[in-house]
Amino acid sequence: MVSTTIPEVSAAAAVAGAPAPVKKSESMNLSFHYGSFRALKEISMPIYEKRVTALIGPSGCGKSTYLRCFNRMHDLYPGNRYEGRIMLYPDNTNLLDPDVDPIEVRMRISMVFQKPNPFPKSIYENVAYGLRVRGERKRALLDEKVEEALRNAALWDEVKNRLHELAFNLSGGQQQRLCIARALATDPEILLFDEPTSALDPIATASIEELIAELKQKITIFIVTHNMQQAARVSDYTAYMYLGELIEFDVTDKLFIKPANKQTEDYITGRFG
Amino acid sequence: MTSLAQADNRMGVVPENFVSDRLARRQLRHVKERVIELILFLAAFVSVVTTVGIVVILLRESYVFFQTVSLWDFLTDTQWTPLFADAHYGILPLLAGTLVSSMVALLVAIPLGTIIAIYLSEFAPFTVREVAKPFLEMLGGVPTIVYGYFALLFVTPLLQILFPSLPGFNLLSAGLVMGIMIIPYVSSVSEDAMRAVPMALREGSYAMGATRFQTAIRVVTPAAFSGIAAAYILGISRAVGETMILAVAAGMQPNLTWNPMEPAATITAYIVQVALGDLPHGSIGYQTIFAAGLTLALVTLCFNVMGHMLRRRYRQAY
Amino acid sequence: MSEAARVQEIRAMIAAHKRWDFAFGVVGMLALMVGVLTFAALFVEMIINGAPRLSWEFFTHFPSRKPDQAGILSAWVGSTLVMLVTAATAVPLGVGAGVYLEEYAPRNWMTDLIEINVTNLAGVPSIVYGLLALRLFVYGFGLGQSILTAGLTLGLPILPVVIVATREAIRSIPAAIREGAYALGATKWQTTSDHILPYSLAGIMTGVIIGMARAIGETAPVITIGALTFIAFLPQTPLTGEPPAGLFDWVMSPFTVMPIQMFNWTSRPEAAFHQNAAAAGLVLVVMTLSMNALAIYIRYRLRKNIKW
Repeated sequence: MVSTTIPEVSAAAAVAGAPAPVKKSESMNLSFHYGSFRALKEISMPIYEKRVTALIGPSGCGKSTYLRCFNRMHDLYPGNRYEGRIMLYPDNTNLLDPDVDPIEVRMRISMVFQKPNPFPKSIYENVAYGLRVRGERKRALLDEKVEEALRNAALWDEVKNRLHELAFNLSGGQQQRLCIARALATDPEILLFDEPTSALDPIATASIEELIAELKQKITIFIVTHNMQQAARVSDYTAYMYLGELIEFDVTDKLFIKPANKQTEDYITGRFG
Repeated sequence: MTSLAQADNRMGVVPENFVSDRLARRQLRHVKERVIELILFLAAFVSVVTTVGIVVILLRESYVFFQTVSLWDFLTDTQWTPLFADAHYGILPLLAGTLVSSMVALLVAIPLGTIIAIYLSEFAPFTVREVAKPFLEMLGGVPTIVYGYFALLFVTPLLQILFPSLPGFNLLSAGLVMGIMIIPYVSSVSEDAMRAVPMALREGSYAMGATRFQTAIRVVTPAAFSGIAAAYILGISRAVGETMILAVAAGMQPNLTWNPMEPAATITAYIVQVALGDLPHGSIGYQTIFAAGLTLALVTLCFNVMGHMLRRRYRQAY
Repeated sequence: MSEAARVQEIRAMIAAHKRWDFAFGVVGMLALMVGVLTFAALFVEMIINGAPRLSWEFFTHFPSRKPDQAGILSAWVGSTLVMLVTAATAVPLGVGAGVYLEEYAPRNWMTDLIEINVTNLAGVPSIVYGLLALRLFVYGFGLGQSILTAGLTLGLPILPVVIVATREAIRSIPAAIREGAYALGATKWQTTSDHILPYSLAGIMTGVIIGMARAIGETAPVITIGALTFIAFLPQTPLTGEPPAGLFDWVMSPFTVMPIQMFNWTSRPEAAFHQNAAAAGLVLVVMTLSMNALAIYIRYRLRKNIKW
């Protein structure tokens, strides 16, 4: 078991030159089992509000598994088991509590997937889906929320005249931004990104990274990426995982320039992949 | 040059006809391969020959028929009495019988088949699915004459309790039983289409906080739409082409009606009725069954083509 | 609205939506039950009505004007003989076509044409095959209303079943096996006959048996070619008679088959004949279901030995 270094509040404050960061969520000794295989080993890690936290590590280290605990995606498949807690603040809810409804969790925490997965519906209906599922029917409200979400996802100008066209007609990068708009439309408390640019070309990737930098002013972001440079570019805090364990967690600049842990240093300097 | 010859190391030792022997054997092998390929090709070509045969025969025999009966009469006369003294040759009664019975069947098969497909694909636990699928195959594998027996001797008396005025032969019983027979066709193709929808789409919906029912209805079913439409068309085609259930339970008396609680003959039942009697080659009775058969073939062809194109579309989408 | 009340509202809405989940689960099961109940009713009715008739005499008597003396001898013998001819038609043609399409056929318009036709034939109503056979086999080739005609007629609609099963079985053989054979210098036919066919045997047999199960229950095409419904004799026993032509006298004989016998009895007004029909129906359904079960079993057993 590796002890994680949780940065001092004062040190963290130096990050954005902004007010001291507040914890939005944190995991406490989170373990996860796929059947008999223990994929996550007692991870304790904070997520700060209105900051971007990135999770890096080699293939198979459990990053996506960890991310998917946050919106209870694992509940969809049989044979999985959570141990430990994920606390959501300020109401101190344990997201993993069996008494907590996964649907409620997913209404508070949204996810953007690795490969864009727009529904076979129009652009408008894609973005409005989360709202409709919540029972929202008033046209005026839907229109307003859809436009707001598309603007926040930097997609509005490109699609405002074809909102009722099929989402499939958009390019890969546009589809991913559509998925981001879809996730934003319901005003989630945390936005999860699961390797959001690994299926996109460099130009689309750059636009998504730009978008993330803007979005963090409005919403807490937790992003998993296999691209270290992306984490360095985009995030305020970075965590490094290896074989299901959290090896190090720190302010991004500090982790990349002077990592405290040798294993982290080996990964960052490319000694293994 | 074989190693044998090389080992001997003297070119002159290779018998003169060694090479040409090998060459001859190779040529023989070639010929043999070509012949086999030809035989296999002919086996495959039988399918083309069969289709051509069906088309040619139906057209030719109908052509003879249409020398006697005008196309106009055929399409508009409201009576079909070819074997009576006062013979009428209007296909409408038979078409009506086919249409009404198919509608009844589809009113059963399409809702139930779709619900079963959604249920098995999105809701049912593994064990239920493993039992239900072979069971549905079994349901579709029962010989149609058995279904006809069931419709006539079980369903009709049962319905007569509800509707005392229901005649012994009627389109309703036949249609209902036919509907149940068609359920497996509709449900299995629909279910295949739904399972082809990628998990990523479902996860996207669940991640938005949707329930299983919302995901199934709002995301999976629309995504599988062209496959489901293909399933419906398969069901229609099957209903239109069904013979024995209707021949046994709906009676074989042509009757132009839109009321399923009456007896009537379908195109298929008529052909059976004539075939049960005497069919001298070339008689007008003989010719009518080909005209009827041509009508049937054209109708099912349209549906089959539509279904094929829809199925191709959904296979390509994912 | 206060925060707490808003949360309550959302919780109530989620609960309402989840009730739909439950309701649809129930509806789905009910829909399945419709099928189950129908099948159960069918089976039970036939057992109640027909089981008393099932006896040794039933299987060894010819049809008769007296219901309690009528039997299915000519019918099941006829079915068996017709199935022999059907298999002899559909298996070589179907397997040959399947092999050609998977191993030999180039990607050109001719192959497309063949494939379109195979799919087409699967959707043709079976009675149309009867019409084709009537004109072509009965009158055109002069084969008359015989077992041979019936076998050929029933072989055609099950061709697509056999072809598709053959193709899928062949497709499941990994390319590595094929390449291994070719690399050793085998010709196409050697590879096919030594490797491809033996390994796809399970799938092919499954398709053949399923096709035959379907053919056994087919009534419409057989009626159309003029099978008689009151046959009180058996075709000449196969392989007796003067060789060489006499060996196959049976093939040209008039005949009847099980579904037609059932049809005949069902159409009679007397309830006693309906009992015969129920008994015949039981035999027919048991035959069909056991063939389907056999096919699944074979597929399972032979598949177990293959490790790819």
